[in-house]
Amino acid sequence: MKKLMIAALVSAACCSSALAANIAIVGGKVHTQTEQGVIDNATVFIKDGKIERISQSSDIPSNYERIDANGKVVTPGLVGAMTSLGLVEVASWAGIVDASVNNASISNTGAAFDVSYAINPDSTLMEVSRLEGITSAATTLSNTDHLFQGQGSIISVGAEAPLLKPRAFIVLDVGASAAKNSGGSRASLWVTLQYLFDEAKTLGDIPTPGDTWQGLNTRADLSVLKKVLAGDIPLVMEANRKSDILQILSFKDRYPQTNIVLMGGAQAWRVADQLAKANIPVIINPEMNLPSSFDALGASMENAARLEAAGVTLAIGMETHNIRLATQHAGNAVANGLSHEAALASLTSNPARIFGVQDSVGSLRNGARADVVIWSGDPLEVTEYAEQVFVNGEAVEMRSRQTDLRDRYMNYQNDDSTPPQYIEPNQ
Amino acid sequence: MAHSRSHLTLALACLVPLFVTGCQSTQNKNTDSTTTNKVSLDTNPYPSTYTPLQSQPTVITNVTILDGAGKRIENGMIYFAEGKVQAVGQGLDYPSDANVIDGKGKWVTPGVIDNHSHLGVYPSPSIGSLADGNEMVKPVTPGVWVEHSVWPQDAGFGRALAGGVTSLQILPGSGNLFGGRSVVLKNVPNRSMQDMKFPDAPYGMKMACGENPKRVYGQKGGPMTRMGNVRGYRQAWSDAQDYMAKWDKYEREFEAGKNPTPPKRDLDLETMAGVLDGDILVHMHCYRADEMVTMMDMMQEFDYQISSFHHAVESYKIADRLKENNVCSSMWADWWGFKMEAYDGIRENIPMVDAAGACAIVHSDSELGIQRLNQEAAKAWSDGKRAGIDISMADAWAWLSANPAKSMGIFDKTGSLETGKNADIVLWNGNPFSTYTKAEKVYIDGGLAFDLNDAQSQPVSDFETGQKAEGEAQ
Repeated sequence: MKKLMIAALVSAACCSSALAANIAIVGGKVHTQTEQGVIDNATVFIKDGKIERISQSSDIPSNYERIDANGKVVTPGLVGAMTSLGLVEVASWAGIVDASVNNASISNTGAAFDVSYAINPDSTLMEVSRLEGITSAATTLSNTDHLFQGQGSIISVGAEAPLLKPRAFIVLDVGASAAKNSGGSRASLWVTLQYLFDEAKTLGDIPTPGDTWQGLNTRADLSVLKKVLAGDIPLVMEANRKSDILQILSFKDRYPQTNIVLMGGAQAWRVADQLAKANIPVIINPEMNLPSSFDALGASMENAARLEAAGVTLAIGMETHNIRLATQHAGNAVANGLSHEAALASLTSNPARIFGVQDSVGSLRNGARADVVIWSGDPLEVTEYAEQVFVNGEAVEMRSRQTDLRDRYMNYQNDDSTPPQYIEPNQ
Repeated sequence: MAHSRSHLTLALACLVPLFVTGCQSTQNKNTDSTTTNKVSLDTNPYPSTYTPLQSQPTVITNVTILDGAGKRIENGMIYFAEGKVQAVGQGLDYPSDANVIDGKGKWVTPGVIDNHSHLGVYPSPSIGSLADGNEMVKPVTPGVWVEHSVWPQDAGFGRALAGGVTSLQILPGSGNLFGGRSVVLKNVPNRSMQDMKFPDAPYGMKMACGENPKRVYGQKGGPMTRMGNVRGYRQAWSDAQDYMAKWDKYEREFEAGKNPTPPKRDLDLETMAGVLDGDILVHMHCYRADEMVTMMDMMQEFDYQISSFHHAVESYKIADRLKENNVCSSMWADWWGFKMEAYDGIRENIPMVDAAGACAIVHSDSELGIQRLNQEAAKAWSDGKRAGIDISMADAWAWLSANPAKSMGIFDKTGSLETGKNADIVLWNGNPFSTYTKAEKVYIDGGLAFDLNDAQSQPVSDFETGQKAEGEAQ
């Protein structure tokens, strides 16, 4: 229990200081994820919720609260690369799951759906994830009976007002399951996509309610596809099979303005050079190393390393309840050849850049949101952990519903004279 | 020979005349020619044909050893030969012709044992034609044997081997109240299930609490509630008691010199009778603390033992009761929230169960998780430490080998590095409580089943062989 108490003291100290706008995190090994690189024994100056500067100066002005990070590792808050955070509490058979859309007639294709209306900042997943260093995330639908998984948002994890960037990207599965939902074949899937995008491309103005419109896309979908075609929002295309990824590369050739991201990519290593050349980043779960389908034959733990070697930008972190395990996933990619530097980037600056929010999150650049994590050691080690997380310049309380349950039952084990429901965890 | 059911294989059988019925599977247990007479059931009709890989006497020196029985030896040595651990310690004697491996900077542990796997029955690729793990046609199917579904060409076996898994229990799924018998395998991929079957390991029987059975059967005749689940179990146990009574009566009458007709064989009740006889071990999928308490009452009511609850995400709430009832908990380090009964999952579940003196096990239930069970234990170990539960790495390794072995009834053969036990050994290329560490060599019964640095010592399933994408990876 001693360590628990220490943790409680630290967070109490931090939280009482939340009003003090200026913080100096002193003495840590700081991974800036900027041109400044990694700086030993550095100080992160935070002012008004922003990163003010990183320096090796040990001269801390008196109006800065000093937080000692000596012997610790400091990184930007992690960016969940692909989640449904805020859209789901309990996934199965427990009420509405906003990460799922079926039978919605406003859209033929799913492009129009917009999760920014659905995000619940009070979801317990927010604190559970934030406690372990996830401070922002891409979030979107995980299940629809449509082609597109709607327009996703970039959110701050656990902030009162979570939306950092609504309608920030759109996900489109072009693998086997998409084929299945498009008549059972890629032969229909890609023709469908071609007609949908060509319609959006050739149409001048989007029809107004007074106009007669009998196109393939609904009016709601058309404006979204136009944004995709203009490259205003990234189109995240999910595929594993090499031939599907080659189709994505052809799609990029046909619509060169588009901003394509590959997701999944079990066989991406087979076309790594082409992906690098086309400047297509890849979001992967590096632990997917089994032939889980015919599309995923040749899946390898070395996927990440091979993509890095070819010069492909990587993001790691495809989970929701356990997006906190992205660090372990990245660590296992390192165990299989990915550089540690690329692994950290895959959790921070790379997803931020992929989703166009690199000025605000994913790095400790001057002027960025002060989302910062002090780690007990190497963040990719399974035995290390986030000791203190800062969101928007404030030290967050290092608790969650899970730690409350833990503390209640640890207290009960020490003294079982009171039924657990009468035990307040934090007493 | 696996366990035998005492009710059905009486030694007295040799004293009475021959009796055979056409519908019965019979087995002559005796060699005395004046005997063979009474109907007795063959308890091992699909026997193990496992043979260990070839091996040579081997010594690993200068290595950090966690022996799986709570001991940590720095700069230690382990000597194994003829499939068995010969000696563990420091400054051991060994034959001059032994293969000597310098383990400097490396670690040795007992092989990882996973008591919850669906490899082979929900294999890769995950397609309907190979999905053979859940006989969801009626809620009580203890008569199915998961071994009859195991596809040994699942590439997952080889991947698990690369993660140091030397033995594993394949369980049926959790759709049914009684899902069927489990099978324990040696993780040396081969042509048939029997070629992998762990010799003399007892069978297990899968049961399931809570959401799954009620979801599967709620609109298919029930059960549709948790109370319906419990009625289903109790009725079935009661039926098994009746069935056993019929066999007892048959045996009594037979011994009395009468000429009784044996009861009609019932494969479902036969498995359950095996549990009530203590020969078959119960592995029960159960998440919620309150449900586990009810299951332990039911266990008392019908006088059997639950070997382990599986998933058990709320075990931390009732660790004292689990200890009292001598029931293990097979757990994940951190899975939670994917369903309501997993909503209260916490990271300290495993260390809290251990700290209460109850039996804690790290399990996978996942073809990915099984590849890194050492990391699951490492997370739980670290989470416990942060919460003030100080467990040594040497003790924590019991979650991965000794405790699962006990839950599967094979701890007399494997699960710790003690002289005379099977040489199921992993040489790790560093501290196995690290993300970056890999199994370098995996020995099963002393044979080198996996070598990280030698492709010749890495199994490749038939399914992956000759595939273009796989070929490019070489």
